[in-house]
Amino acid sequence: MTVDTGDVSVKTKNMSNLIYKYMRPEHLPQIWCPGCGNGIIMRDIAQAIENLGLSRNSTVIVSGIGCSARAAGYMDFNTIHTTHGRAIAFATGIKLANPSLEVIVVTGDGDISAIGGNHLIHAARRNIGLTVVVMNNNIYGMTGGQYSPTTPTGAFGTTAPYGNLDRSFDIAGLAYGAGASYAARGSAYHVQQTTTLIQEGIKHRGFSIIDVASICPTYYGRKNKKGSAVDMLKWQRDNSVTVDQAAKMSQEELKGKLVIGLLHQVNYPEFTYAYDQLIRRLFEEREENE
Amino acid sequence: MGKVVLMQGNEACVEGALVAGMRLFAGYPITPSTEIAEISAVRLPQEGGKFIQMEDEIASMACAIGGSVAGVKSMTATSGPGFSLKQENLGYAALAEIPLVVVDVQRMGPSTGMPTSPSQGDMMMARWGTHGDHPVIALCPSSVKETYDLIIRAFNLSERYRTPVLFMMDEIIGHLREGMELPELEEVEVIDRKTVKYPEPKRLPYHIKKGKLVPEMAPFGMGQRYNMTGLIHDESGFPTNSNEEAEKLIDRLMHKVSDNYADIVKCEQVGMDDADVAIFCYGGTMRAASSAMDEARKAGIKCGIFRPITIWPFPEKELLEAAKHVKRIIVAEHNYGQMVLEVERVVKDACRIDFLGRYNGTVITPDDLLAKIREEK
Amino acid sequence: MKKVLMINQSWCKGCGICAAFCPKGALEIVDDKVQRKEGTECILCGQCELRCPDYAIYIDENEGDTDQWAKSY
Ligand SMILES: Cc1ncc(C[n+]2csc(CCOP(=O)(O)OP(=O)(O)O)c2C)c(N)n1
Ligand code: SF4
Ligand code: SF4
Ligand code: SF4
Repeated sequence: MTVDTGDVSVKTKNMSNLIYKYMRPEHLPQIWCPGCGNGIIMRDIAQAIENLGLSRNSTVIVSGIGCSARAAGYMDFNTIHTTHGRAIAFATGIKLANPSLEVIVVTGDGDISAIGGNHLIHAARRNIGLTVVVMNNNIYGMTGGQYSPTTPTGAFGTTAPYGNLDRSFDIAGLAYGAGASYAARGSAYHVQQTTTLIQEGIKHRGFSIIDVASICPTYYGRKNKKGSAVDMLKWQRDNSVTVDQAAKMSQEELKGKLVIGLLHQVNYPEFTYAYDQLIRRLFEEREENE
Repeated sequence: MGKVVLMQGNEACVEGALVAGMRLFAGYPITPSTEIAEISAVRLPQEGGKFIQMEDEIASMACAIGGSVAGVKSMTATSGPGFSLKQENLGYAALAEIPLVVVDVQRMGPSTGMPTSPSQGDMMMARWGTHGDHPVIALCPSSVKETYDLIIRAFNLSERYRTPVLFMMDEIIGHLREGMELPELEEVEVIDRKTVKYPEPKRLPYHIKKGKLVPEMAPFGMGQRYNMTGLIHDESGFPTNSNEEAEKLIDRLMHKVSDNYADIVKCEQVGMDDADVAIFCYGGTMRAASSAMDEARKAGIKCGIFRPITIWPFPEKELLEAAKHVKRIIVAEHNYGQMVLEVERVVKDACRIDFLGRYNGTVITPDDLLAKIREEK
Repeated sequence: MKKVLMINQSWCKGCGICAAFCPKGALEIVDDKVQRKEGTECILCGQCELRCPDYAIYIDENEGDTDQWAKSY
């Protein structure tokens, strides 16, 4: 009934064209758990890049540390797996050194909003042309299920055994508040919408962030009795509302809902572009004076 | 003859770096290194380079690494509190073999300490600050002119050995103003990293050519798509759990520096031919040592100076040799006793070792040294 | 050009996502691996491919020897 390709060497194409083109099949399948949402989101990124026709050679994937951050190693681009929380700061250097590169940061909720929160808000404020894709699973996956800045109040983690007392961050909202010129929210379930949001984020000139609700069945799911990976995706399907729908809903009605779509987009000069303009101005002034 | 100019140490650091090819600076203001950021902000765009003030020192370090990965010579500068923050990413650069220069204009600590007071309290942090075993190259200038020349060498070493180079200045040198002669640019040796000539996606990015210790480096974007990581990796650049590969990698990283000791390690010896007493000093204590030596010689004491210019790796061969010919070594440093530990390790009982430390924000004077020289037994 | 459903069982982790969201109920998990369910129809909609976290199931377009692939699904 099925094509069981067994342990086929990487030369044999036992995967879709998209995966063959944009992933490093010799490293697949990923170390991620069965049903982990990260694989779905990583595919969304590849699809967005395919839709835009970006060159792999001039695209850079930067990640920090976490389950999510392992994405960099699987993707066939210039990839750099950096230190916990610092992906945006590394990416800033890469973009500044060579603005013609398309720089995409792949990160987790802990990576970007706890240890890396400072870099997030400042890159947003600076409006440097990075695209940040957050695989937001509401927990620290890699270290085994501790609560993260996006764990809802009352939810459980290994370090929140009696329920989380903290209030949680809305990462897209946080970035928007800090000056991000493009902020969107997607989910693992909403593949096509999320792909489009990532695609538009990459196209956007300036700092863009796409906060994608992922699923971590292993820790978040188990600790919070959310069921299987399938159950968690069904929850996303059944509890999401679009930005337009949300606009017509009351705060009360929006409780516990996932608002999906483009939250904010403005045009504002991109940082490396502005810097290049500055250099040009200095050169011109010098020529005039000579 | 080159033009003679009056320069501050921090300014010489930037001007030298520009000559070496620095085109990206990422920093965060901190006394007494701030002028390096300020002057970079003025000078870099004039040269077509870029300056960025990051949100903190962790970010500055990361940003400079990113710049280098994209093929641009990068630098960051800070002082003690910021140097502490840079340590994690310093280890990253050492492991992933990313060339860049990190300047530490030392001030008195610990903690916020005395921000405007000189110190040499970060010497051991330079060696051991980041976790895990890693190679370190650290240089230490003792005048404005030497700052200019040595920062060029710092870039050259980092490019040649694909490793971060630490540039250990101190408040005295950073804020010192001296007249100095600029070199003719054609005479300055500038080394660029060996880059991959024929990029192909399947090339092993950390593959070492026969007889070499350093892999060629492809800047991101030039057509060689590869992976960089702070995890232990093999020559493919991908993480590995193999203990053999781990050992092989750490060994190679250590050896690329230790096997090139002769190229990397430099020191200055003054009056050591006939000296009975040697002053061991570096950086900001050199001036007092010079005066003390002159005074001592006038008084008939055969005094010399041993000064490491490369502080890490420690110039142990030269020091041991020198120790065999003197009766005493006086280690003078602006801390509670850091490099003296290395001197003791190397010299053992080849001669007597005395220590003169200063850790209250003041500096060691020639008189302090003379008194020490005259001290009997 | 003929479209075919392809399954790479060696990459499948048996999470069941594909089966759960298949509009035709055309997939099942047996011994932690996905397979086509006997007596069902696959309409090649690609929903399974979109959400498989491990890229183990996908629609391929086969230009050449279609028979081989056609048989296999
Ligand atoms: C400086 C530092 N602190 C802590 C850690 C340990 N650590 C590794 S991953 C991680 C959390 C990752 O959480 P998140 O970013 O949400 O990613 P996920 O694993 O859930 O995808 C932590 C705390 C580290 N590697 N480095
Ligand atoms: S622990 Fe959670 S986030 Fe990490 S791989 Fe497993 S399911 Fe995914
Ligand atoms: S292609 Fe559509 S119908 Fe066929 S198995 Fe996949 S989801 Fe089901
Ligand atoms: S979604 Fe993928 S990994 Fe999960 S059961 Fe289906 S084919 Fe297997």
